[in-house]
Amino acid sequence: MAAPKPRVKVPKSASAGEVITIKTLISHKMESGQRKDKDGKVIPREIINKFTCEFNGKPVFSCDVEPAISANPYFEFSAKVMESGTFKFAWVDDNGETYTHEQAIEVK
Amino acid sequence: MLSRKLILTAAAAIAATGMAVSAAWAEPVDEDLVIDGEKKMVTRTKAPEGHPFDEVMSGWLFRTPETRQLEEDSFSNPGMLYVERGEEIWNTVEGEAGKSCASCHGDASKTMAGVGASYPKWDAQAKRPINIELQIDKCRTGAMKAEPYKFDAADQKALTTFIKYQSLGQPMHVDLSQGDLQSWWEKGKDLYYTRTGQLNLSCASCHEENNGQYIRADHLSQGNVNGFPTYRLKQANMVSLHNRFRGCIRDTRASFPAAFSDDLMALEVYVTWRGTGLSIETPAVRQ
Amino acid sequence: MQVTRRQALGLSAGAMAFVALGPGLKAARADEAATQKMLMDFTGGKEPASGKITLTAPEIAENGNTVPITVAVESEMTDASYVESVTVLAEGNPNPEVATFHFSPLSGEATATTRMRLAKTQNVVAVAKMSDGSVFMDKKQVKVTIGGCGG
Repeated sequence: MAAPKPRVKVPKSASAGEVITIKTLISHKMESGQRKDKDGKVIPREIINKFTCEFNGKPVFSCDVEPAISANPYFEFSAKVMESGTFKFAWVDDNGETYTHEQAIEVK
Repeated sequence: MLSRKLILTAAAAIAATGMAVSAAWAEPVDEDLVIDGEKKMVTRTKAPEGHPFDEVMSGWLFRTPETRQLEEDSFSNPGMLYVERGEEIWNTVEGEAGKSCASCHGDASKTMAGVGASYPKWDAQAKRPINIELQIDKCRTGAMKAEPYKFDAADQKALTTFIKYQSLGQPMHVDLSQGDLQSWWEKGKDLYYTRTGQLNLSCASCHEENNGQYIRADHLSQGNVNGFPTYRLKQANMVSLHNRFRGCIRDTRASFPAAFSDDLMALEVYVTWRGTGLSIETPAVRQ
Repeated sequence: MQVTRRQALGLSAGAMAFVALGPGLKAARADEAATQKMLMDFTGGKEPASGKITLTAPEIAENGNTVPITVAVESEMTDASYVESVTVLAEGNPNPEVATFHFSPLSGEATATTRMRLAKTQNVVAVAKMSDGSVFMDKKQVKVTIGGCGG
């Protein structure tokens, strides 16, 4: 399977003090640890267990993720932007990998 | 006509599970599918000549508001993850000839525009219909000197989704004048109306005679194929057309034909025709 | 008695089939107890009040695998007064924990949307913890339907 790919939607620009909506999606099976294989053995859990969003180094929003979150996890949330800068997104996988994505925004 | 015995057995089985049973029917919604506020899809259109219905409808109209919403925003649509994966594959070299799809076909948004809407086509070499999955394999084994995909391989589904996506919004159609497609259409039509399995159901039993009714809690659609491969919430993954055919037939408790077999190719020709004019919605979101 | 195919499909196939709890009533109480404990752990023992937080979830989920939900909490979201976190619990899932959202004044609004898995018809609970220690909750029942056929 290909490496999990993040997709992030952030407006290209905003006015200072505006509250914007950010949408994020990442491809991931989110194997819950509840399923069994053909031989009756439990398929081990492997999920994205944490999602974080920072702006210019400061935390904006994060989520502690459990196996009850659907495959291809989707998170939509708000951010109040006061100055131009860069959003940094990170998804932490049970397997120790972290997937990241960055997106800049111009704030007038 | 179902025998009295079968009905009583079925009713008893359902009563035994303690579920509420009552006949229910609901209108497919009277709404427009507009993607990203700009791309308007045709979800209802006049049926082609010789069709049992006056109007053909997309399966989108039969889904709950939440499911329909997922398809309206291309960012929210999880199927788009697979379109992106498909694009990666399109640009990846595979096989001994050292080629990628892009080597011959360049920019898919130009070269594949309309292609997904016009399959299945007639394959003069193989003397049978050919669909997108089989066309991909033809390119792989021929020009690319690569291995054909196993049925429903993740890459096959992603690449098929990507190719069909290049026809988003275009009217689905099949040109029955090509080769022997007409006789395969006849065969497909025959299969569509043939009952199979312990439950003795044909495609028509649900999709022609009972669309709008509920089977358990599924709101039955007309069974058109303009959205395939679809992102099914049940699998949380792309589902190919032949996978869906096999699943439905399996659920009538019949032995189900192999993917891309003569039977299923004939069915694909006929069922594609039944939705003539509907917009390609790939990747559609369904339950 | 001759019954037409149409009548039979109406009779036997049926309409809205919801998962019944039946003999599992005891199990339901255990799920509620487990959920209540997690809720109390989150609030630090405080009983949440109603109001301020709204949980939006479909009345009927077409498929339990992917159910969209939104939490929204009224708050000024200033350094002085903001929503710290919101936890979502599913009473009838094998594990009630679903997700915990952490907000900050930089969030602008305390709102989050995601998609969750529901094993069966059940209550989904959302609990908000504010910066001043107050806690609020909202609860919605989501009916999870059994599909028909195919794939």
